[in-house]
Amino acid sequence: MNGLTRGSAAIVGAAESDIGAVAANMSPLDLMAQGIHRALADCGLKLRDVDGIFCAATQARTSAMSMCEYLRLPSAYTDSTIVGGSSFEVHVAHAQAALAAGLCSVAVIAYGSTQRTVGRRQASAREYNPYETPFRPFLPSTAYALAASRHMHEFGTTREQLAEVAVAAREWALLNPVAWEKKPLTVAEVLSARPISYPFTVRDCCLITDGGGAIVMMSAERARGLAKPPVYVLGCGQTITHASISSMPDLTMTGARESGAAAYRMARLRETDIDVLALYDAFTINTILFLEDLGFCPKGEGGRFVSGGRIGPKGSLPVNTNGGGLSYCHPGMYGLFLLIEAVRQLRGECGARQVAQAETALVHGNGGVLSAQATVILGTQATL
Amino acid sequence: MANAANSPLGVYLEHLEKGELGYQFSPDANVAVFYPRVICPLTGSDNLQWRISKGMGTVHATTVVYPQKGDPYNVALIDIDEGFRMMSRVEDIAPLDVRIGMRVKFRVHAAEGDEPPYPVFAPAAGTP
Repeated sequence: MNGLTRGSAAIVGAAESDIGAVAANMSPLDLMAQGIHRALADCGLKLRDVDGIFCAATQARTSAMSMCEYLRLPSAYTDSTIVGGSSFEVHVAHAQAALAAGLCSVAVIAYGSTQRTVGRRQASAREYNPYETPFRPFLPSTAYALAASRHMHEFGTTREQLAEVAVAAREWALLNPVAWEKKPLTVAEVLSARPISYPFTVRDCCLITDGGGAIVMMSAERARGLAKPPVYVLGCGQTITHASISSMPDLTMTGARESGAAAYRMARLRETDIDVLALYDAFTINTILFLEDLGFCPKGEGGRFVSGGRIGPKGSLPVNTNGGGLSYCHPGMYGLFLLIEAVRQLRGECGARQVAQAETALVHGNGGVLSAQATVILGTQATL
Repeated sequence: MANAANSPLGVYLEHLEKGELGYQFSPDANVAVFYPRVICPLTGSDNLQWRISKGMGTVHATTVVYPQKGDPYNVALIDIDEGFRMMSRVEDIAPLDVRIGMRVKFRVHAAEGDEPPYPVFAPAAGTP
């Protein structure tokens, strides 16, 4: 039990900031503010309505404090929990709790990064770990590659199957006008791309872009009067199994099993009830692990499951319809973009990539090196 | 209570300087604890003993990093026979030839400049 009530809060506004390659000297805070401005416009609210700031950034150590200054919101309830890329799925649960407790009435969850412009090293400096740093792992890639090596060893997963994940993401990205990647991709091209950390080539790894955005959350009662249909929070769950890859209990079993089970339980739904998926695809192995751990296929079957375009636009299970971190946008921490896409799918705003009759969405955030797993299940009015 | 005279990392490095792979053992939980800590995460107790590994292990996971400059190199997770896992690399073999399940033996990579010593591994004699 996490104490949250199914459907008590809703996402009412969602928007990206500028993404891809942003203007010179744009700051992460500028991108957060731009995202907040656009997300408020999306639902017809004003900045002065906001009394809750939830944010996380690698380039702003005290991001909530900085945003309160930037937006002149001295009395806002703040939460800058940071557990890597899944921080924003955790923020959804925290915001739902804060709204229920009356700590705030209009919560924004925001992110911004200029990782592409300033360089990855500067955007997210790594802490020295005396038990890992001497071996020069190229993090995070090396950590995910170690998990992939184990999945290949235990279950016979192939590099071609990993590549299928990247190809499906690219096919979705070609349907998204704001996606970074614009050209088709084949399995052969993934395999022959520049190697990064075996078995990964650069095409198995997420993009390095700038970007940001925001979503706006309110209680379900207050959400109903707004311009667009609310997207309700039906279920949430979080698990942190480790911080460093050498401490991951089982390299082929992620905390998504527990976070997903908690979210399904709260939502009173199961995997067969989900219409559209947004799974944090920092690396091709992620999608395979999360499909398994969230119950869409048995453990070890993920590689075979994604083969033949099953999760692409022509397949039977729509996963990462914006093109994902692999082909749409990945500014350091990607979790907020999963939520934005799920909201758009449930509102029917996705144009060429729209999933027909999407009523439920499963958003799964991943932080660190398969470390912090956070699942959010969203639904339309019809699912309440 | 007096402050601790040494840190978990400090003791670990002292062992490495003597050519030893030190690790902690929690007698109450009857498990090896690694990385070294001030309390056992299973019991919450500070009753932790230092032990010396025999230095034998098995490759649990392996990858090869391709840096933008310089030669590719191995990074691996090693399951040590005494029951703990650690990151390291396997040397004396082409990095792509390191295999999961391979038996490996510990040795110390000596301190260089500001960098303290650290444990590395090589294929154990008599393994394919």
